[in-house]
This record gives sequence, structure tokens and C-alpha cells, in this order.
Amino acid sequence: MTDTPLLELKNLHVGIPKRDGYLDIVKDVSFSIMPGEAFGLVGESGSGKSLTALSLIRLLKKPLKVSKGQILFKGRDLQTLSDREMRGLRGERIAMIFQEPMTALNPLKTVGRQIAEMFVLHRGMGWAEAGRKAVDALASVKVPAPEERVLAYPHQMSGGMRQRVMIAIALACDPDLLIADEPTTALDVTVQDEVLKLIGELCAARGTAVLMISHDLGVIANMCQRVGVMYSGRLVEERDTYDLFAAPRHPYTKGLLGALPRLGTRHGAAGRQRLVDIDGLIKDREALLQEFCFQPRNTIRDPRLRADGAA
Amino acid sequence: MRRFNLNLWLGGVLTLLVITGAVFAGYLTSLDPVFDANLMHAEEAPNGQFWFGTDEQGRDVYTRVLYGAQISLTVGIVSQIINSIIGLSLGISAAYWGGWWDDFVNGLTNVMLAIPSLIFALAIMAVLGPGLPSLLIALGLTNWSWTCRIARSSTLSLKGQGYVQAAQTLGYSDIRIMATQLLPNMVGPILVISTLGIGSAVLAEAALSFLGLGIRPPFPSWGSMLTGARELIVVAPWAAVFPGLAIFITVLGFNLLGDGLRDYLDPHMRTRQ
Repeated sequence: MTDTPLLELKNLHVGIPKRDGYLDIVKDVSFSIMPGEAFGLVGESGSGKSLTALSLIRLLKKPLKVSKGQILFKGRDLQTLSDREMRGLRGERIAMIFQEPMTALNPLKTVGRQIAEMFVLHRGMGWAEAGRKAVDALASVKVPAPEERVLAYPHQMSGGMRQRVMIAIALACDPDLLIADEPTTALDVTVQDEVLKLIGELCAARGTAVLMISHDLGVIANMCQRVGVMYSGRLVEERDTYDLFAAPRHPYTKGLLGALPRLGTRHGAAGRQRLVDIDGLIKDREALLQEFCFQPRNTIRDPRLRADGAA
Repeated sequence: MRRFNLNLWLGGVLTLLVITGAVFAGYLTSLDPVFDANLMHAEEAPNGQFWFGTDEQGRDVYTRVLYGAQISLTVGIVSQIINSIIGLSLGISAAYWGGWWDDFVNGLTNVMLAIPSLIFALAIMAVLGPGLPSLLIALGLTNWSWTCRIARSSTLSLKGQGYVQAAQTLGYSDIRIMATQLLPNMVGPILVISTLGIGSAVLAEAALSFLGLGIRPPFPSWGSMLTGARELIVVAPWAAVFPGLAIFITVLGFNLLGDGLRDYLDPHMRTRQ
């Protein structure tokens, strides 16, 4: 792990332009991912995980913008690339899979054609050759009878199968980085595990780095070597997965881990250990963005938890 | 099992009937629509020799209706293709790119909707002069606003779909996304509006020709045939009834075909066994 990182975020801020500067929603996020490494990003809804991911591939929706900071991919600042260069990177070097396999596939095209399109688009292949490669790609994600399934339409497949197709499309061009934005949230628990294993195996075999975004600590614990915990747009803790689970430092992380039911512990009824919840709610955004970050919800009232992020 | 699609079949049969009449007009009749005028047979009621009767100059109405189909279909289809190209490219790009371009296209569409298209077409015809090419241009430039509206609203709803976002993350260019992700997913509504558009273009052609600004007599357009038949409506109603019936069948056929196609193309009704 001594070589240069594949992806490096330096003090990334994402915000909405205001009359005077920006209203930042993602604040001062810095982390790096080594080639072949799996990095997890956890946090509750609205904590800025997905925005961080979208800013990586420069697909933030207007009016959101990267207001400060650098995104280095293989040492190149992605902000400085032209649209055409960026398009060449997307799907080819940086791929992404989404939460909803139900909608992420075009309902009018066979899945084979949608996989093949990647080869045509990024590798300049003809359709016939790309079609053969699509069968291989479908076989690699363990879809049974790939020769027949390439002719299937998305609505003829189950959620798990569709997510496999998405993985096949994302990994078609052997990208260096796979961004998985809650890839299993919409799936059955039994299917979740298979899909996660599949992502893990395929990426390990190809040396693809993974940025796994999830609110499910179990998913992260299974998949990732390192974890970043996001809260309210900040990266509040970033460490090795094992260390984080063994000894969480930030009170929010403690809260998250405390809220996780464990096998072998009885929860609920009187006298037994209760699941911990985190007091309060995320309060008014604008106030929150400026003043204290986790403080209002923190039962510990740790004075160090200020908005300057100095935890 | 697919449910029997009556609209598709009926619309298909009617449309096919009109297309066959237009394409094979030369084989379906031995007479010439313009020059075979025989005053000996003027204003004859339908009979064994003249199935649809004859007009005031003794020309066979059946023959003229067949040849009229050529003009009506050409005008209807070609002008609707022009309309679709304009409406789709403006509508999709406006909704996809947004910003000032969207505002501009919206404004233009509203202006077009505010002007009665037949009046606008009349104005264009007045400038270009009568004839088939100017008819195509006039009707092709005046009837794209609904296509544009529908393309725009479809794009707005499709833009948020996962597969459009996915296509962006996979490195598709904007034009490619519009052509391969957005366009195919709005084929249903666009086909419906286009077939309706063909119908209304056929009607508009008839109206313009009726007013003497479209196809000039003696060439047999359904509209110009109606002009001629107007004065005979009491003496020889068949000279007006049959071109009118032809217009009715054509417009009805395309409208039914549009509805039928929409059901047929719905991917959720498509099974592949």
C-alpha cells in the first residue's frame, strides 16, 4: 500500500451557490483509495455519501457544484478534464452501480444489447463481436444460461438478476474503480449476500477498487478494508474496518454500532440489553451546517464535536 | 396470450387499403384521372362501368379517388416526418439541456400553438405559391408543436429514470443518450401523436386544396375534388361523397393504427416465448 492512491479526495466541498459564496452540503471530505482496495462510506440518509460519489464522476445535478477541493484520479485532477475526456473515463475507468436495479436498465432493450453497448461505446467493437462478449460478461456474473438470457428484457428478470446485469455492465470495460451506491438496499436479504459476494470476488479477481456506499454496517464490514463514516456532510471518522468496529472513536459511530442488533444478544424486553438509538433529529440544516455538527444529538456533550470537524 | 388488438387490426386494414389504393392506382383502374374526361358520361350515378360515378366533366370518380390517395398520403406522411423531426429534436434537447434553450423552445412552441396552424399554412402557401412541394413545407413547419410538447414532457419524466442516469455514468454522450435512451422510450406517445398528425395533415391538405391553395385542379386531390363537387352536391352527390369517404377512412385508419400501435409497443405487454 505504498504506491500512489488511485483516487484521492482533498478537502472536497460540495455546495449550492448563494449570493455570497456557497452553502456547503458536503464539507471538507478527504480520503484516498488505493488500487484494488475496497473503501466503505457509511452514514444515514442525507449525510452526503451519494453526493460525494456523484461529484467523483462529475454528475452532480444543478445547482450543486464542487465548491472547493480536489479530486485526483490517478494523479489527474478530474475538475480540469474536458467533458469529452470525462465521458471517456465514465464507464471505462470509473463505473457505477445503483441502488435500484428495477429502473437502472432501459426497459426497451434486451440486457445483452445493453451490455454489448459498453463494448461498442468504449472499445469500438462491432455489434456482433460485442454481442459475443456480452454472453461472456453475463456468464461472469453467474447468470444461468447466459446465451438465452442475453435476449431477455429487464422486466423478465428478478431484482437480483438485474443487479447482476448492472454489475456486468459496470465491469464490462474492466474499470479501475467501481462506485457501488447502496447496491443491495433494494434486494432481498438472501440475494443481498450473493450480490455482495459477487462484487467482492469479481473486483478482487480484476484488481478493481471499490467505493462501497451504504447505510448498512454489515455490508461494509463484509466488503471493505477501510471505512469512512459520514455525518451531516462531514467525514467524521475514517479507519480500518476492524479497528472501527472494535473501538469506534466518534460518538456518532458509537451510536451507529450500538444501534446494530447482534446475534446472541437478546434485545427488547425488560432486563435485557436494549438497542441504542441516537437522540434527537438532524436539526435545521442551515443552522446545523454552521454551528455544531453532532453536538445537539450527542448525549455525551463532547465539546470537541464542533463544526470545524475537530473531533 | 396476447389480447386481440382490434384497433391495430382495423387501423392496419384501413391504412393498408388506402396505401394499396395509392401505390397500385395504375393497376386498379385503366382510366386516367385527368385526361379521360368524357362529357357523354358526365354526372352519371355509380354503375357497373363507373363504380363511384362520374363528375361534371365525365371523369371517373373511382379513378380520381385512387390517384388522390397518392397525393394525400404523400402530403400526410412526408409533412408529418418533417414535423416529427423538428418536434422531437427541439422537445428532447430542450428538456434534456434545460436553461435558456428550454425557455426559447417553450416560447416558440407557445407561439406556434397560439397561431391557428391552418392559417399559418395558408400564409406560407401564399408566399410559396400552390403546388406539392410548398404544401409539404407549409404543413411540415406548422404542426410540430404537439410533438414537441410530448417529447419535452416525456424527456422530463424519463430524465430522472435510473437508466438515463446510469447511461451518464457509463460515459454516453448527450446526443447518444437522447437517441438511444430517451427517444426509444417515448415511441408510444410519439407514434400516437404522429398518426394523429398524419390524419390532420390529410385533412389540412384537403382544406387547403379545397380553398384552391393546395393542389390545383385538374389534378386529383381529395380536397380539390370536393371543391369541384360542391356545386353538384344535389345533382351528383357521389362526386363529393366518395372523396369525403376516402378522407374519413384515411384519417380514421391512421388514428386507430396509432392507438393499436401504442398498445402493441407497450413493453409490459410484450412477451417473448
